[in-house]
Amino acid sequence: MTTATLRDWLLDDSPASRAQARLGSAYRATLGLLRNPLAVVGALIIIALVLIALFAPVIAGDPLAQDLPNRLKPPSAAHWMGTDELGRDIYARIVYGTRITLEIVLLVAILAAPLGLVLGAVAGYFGGWIDRLLMGLTDIFLSMPKLILALALTAALGPGIEHAIIAIAIASWPGYARIARAETLTIRRTEYIAAVQLQGASSVRVIWSHVLPLLTSSLIIRVTLDMAGIILTAAGLGFIGLGAQPPAPEWGAMISRGRSFILDQWWVATMPGFAIVIVSLGFCFLGDGLRDVLDPKAGGRR
Amino acid sequence: MSALKLDDLDVSYGETRVTHGVTLDIAEGESFALVGESGSGKSTVLKAIAGLAPEWTGSIAALGRPRSHGIDPAFARQCQMVFQDPYGSLHPRKTVDATLSEPLRIHGIGGETERVERVMAAVGLDRRFRFRFPHQLSGGQRQRVAIARALMLEPKILLLDEPTSALDVSVQAEILNLLKRLRREQNLTFLLVAHNLPVVSFLCDRLAVMRRGRVVEVATTSQLKHDDLVDPYSRELATLSRPTAPSVTEPSS
Amino acid sequence: MSEALLEVENLRVSFPTPRGPVEVVKGIGFSLGRERLGIVGESGSGKSMTGRAILRLIRSPGRQTADRLNFDGIDLERQSETAMRAIRGARISMIMQDPKFSLNPVMTIGEQIAEAVQAHRRMPRRALRQRVKEMLEAVRIDDAERVARLFPHEVSGGMGQRIMIAMMLIPEPDLLIADEPTSALDVSVQAQVLDLIDDLIRHRGMGLLLISHDLDLVARYCDRILVMKDGRVVESCVADELRNATHPYTRGLLAAVPRLDEDRDELPVLDRSIA
Repeated sequence: MTTATLRDWLLDDSPASRAQARLGSAYRATLGLLRNPLAVVGALIIIALVLIALFAPVIAGDPLAQDLPNRLKPPSAAHWMGTDELGRDIYARIVYGTRITLEIVLLVAILAAPLGLVLGAVAGYFGGWIDRLLMGLTDIFLSMPKLILALALTAALGPGIEHAIIAIAIASWPGYARIARAETLTIRRTEYIAAVQLQGASSVRVIWSHVLPLLTSSLIIRVTLDMAGIILTAAGLGFIGLGAQPPAPEWGAMISRGRSFILDQWWVATMPGFAIVIVSLGFCFLGDGLRDVLDPKAGGRR
Repeated sequence: MSALKLDDLDVSYGETRVTHGVTLDIAEGESFALVGESGSGKSTVLKAIAGLAPEWTGSIAALGRPRSHGIDPAFARQCQMVFQDPYGSLHPRKTVDATLSEPLRIHGIGGETERVERVMAAVGLDRRFRFRFPHQLSGGQRQRVAIARALMLEPKILLLDEPTSALDVSVQAEILNLLKRLRREQNLTFLLVAHNLPVVSFLCDRLAVMRRGRVVEVATTSQLKHDDLVDPYSRELATLSRPTAPSVTEPSS
Repeated sequence: MSEALLEVENLRVSFPTPRGPVEVVKGIGFSLGRERLGIVGESGSGKSMTGRAILRLIRSPGRQTADRLNFDGIDLERQSETAMRAIRGARISMIMQDPKFSLNPVMTIGEQIAEAVQAHRRMPRRALRQRVKEMLEAVRIDDAERVARLFPHEVSGGMGQRIMIAMMLIPEPDLLIADEPTSALDVSVQAQVLDLIDDLIRHRGMGLLLISHDLDLVARYCDRILVMKDGRVVESCVADELRNATHPYTRGLLAAVPRLDEDRDELPVLDRSIA
């Protein structure tokens, strides 16, 4: 059977190539993850999120189609999650809202994490005035609450989802820089770093090729766990009217609209609320599972 | 020509001066030990030579050429180091192959595959370990990788920081045999830091005893074996390494 | 020989692994009176696990079983966790390799010893201070009052171990299990700490189970020796007779250790296929 031999190849104790060794490691990590039921639940939720976002046009109708005679109707066969104040199908809006959520979460991660990682590693590795300068900068950003900072930035930049993403990314990178710096401080004292310095490696090489790879695990865990917070921050911005603008089906904005009807037409606000909760939980479970598998301190690498 | 010459070496960590006026002359092809207890400064001397303790005064010269204070790529090709802890001296995310090819890449030396395989064979590591990660290797195997790594740049001088003290007795014997053989085959010069005098007896020609940052005695291993050391502290250290009931642990043949 | 303080029969310890359960201690047995017994082995031999199993410290997912695990007439296998807690420290004590990990880093030494004394018997403050001083002096720490005010990171390894010994002796246990008590220490300090343990054991008529990888050490400080390999006892002999050991593994270990007056060109290497 080819699956059996593939598995054997991946789990081989004596890999014959770099690629085989790396794939084998990844496979073992995945197996470890699959043993954790909550992590599996989290992973499934995220996969579902991605699939729903991809196939939105196939599984839902038009999120923008207004139907005023049918406004504020409760969940029914025609509208699985009811309609909002303009008669739009809430289910369709939630489905298309996954695209906005994914866009926010991915772009923030792509912008903030590498920036924080590199700045933190450089600060930690060199120490001295470089460290003080970079950490001073980090501290300035860290001293402001994330939401307030994001608020101020979006207010300055103007409303709109791109500005919201930039604002949240700017509010997030200092946290990653701090983690990267703290770990780098430990790593730079190890003997394997001493060995490669002794071989004559330049600082750039040491940081890029030896320090950064060790930071990626913690960073992946941290970013995954942060996704929940990012989603909530984006929702908060949407709630206030910054961030995604109408008629975009952003979940936070939907909750905001539904506030006025919450007592009689509860579904308008709570459906998007459930969506946010489920996705945040998914990221948290997955992040926790990843920590158990990837974090060497928690015995992950064995 | 002397392989390593230290002259009045004072190493400091910030405010504290750790070694005082260390002067040693190690000949080419010699196996020399720095012996002492913790706090004696022996590891510090090694680190200063390796360039890992940049605050020092005095002079350090390898094969006639003095070295600079920081990272010195030219020095790297003359002198390499084997660290003590097999569990901490290999990068956890790099395969054996990656660890061994790194020095070649840094210095732009080609022919990676054959060089890696050659050195692996020289240290007794089977080819099938080439793409394993450190956590898939035993302590002895890791230490062989550490030795292989030190040999990749074909240095003339090896600094060894207690290379076997973290290993089991049986594994220690293998590694000591390996080091002895490599030295003979490649005419290497060893500077070994040890607190275990019997290891010194097996592997070295001469030794210097250090105490609180100073060299208190330089002697030959022959003097050590025949209880001919002069300084009272050195004699005390030697006595502690001798089993009290003389042949309690010597196997009767 | 003194009557048995500890009796072990068919002790097994196993751990689950992705490839099925692995036994790290494979049915060993021995008895220990008020004497000094050394267990020697390399890493993976199961010697430390044996020490822990006696104190029922093997935590899930590890499992331990034994046909007999008797301490002074008490069946340790049947005791509840609460009962074991009363025995640990009070009747059987354990000291381990690195005092750094056994001492509380945020309490002064005096405070920690006092806490250990108070757990055993409550006493007024002045009497407590006096007792702490006595305990420190019993382990040959001269400047007891000054040392009592220090934090663990401010004292050397050797002193840390002596403090651990002091704390361990407070409830006056019958059996001491010492797991590599001097491996992290310098040669000169090793001798001091072991002499101290030896002295205290003799004076109080305690039993000692010394676990170590160092053959010389065990031969020097024990009456009897057990050599363990791969979870089994391969040799059992009187310490003085170690050089007449018969099992090839023991003889191999003895031969592989370099001597101070070494004159061999090559050290004999252990044949790992020896069962």
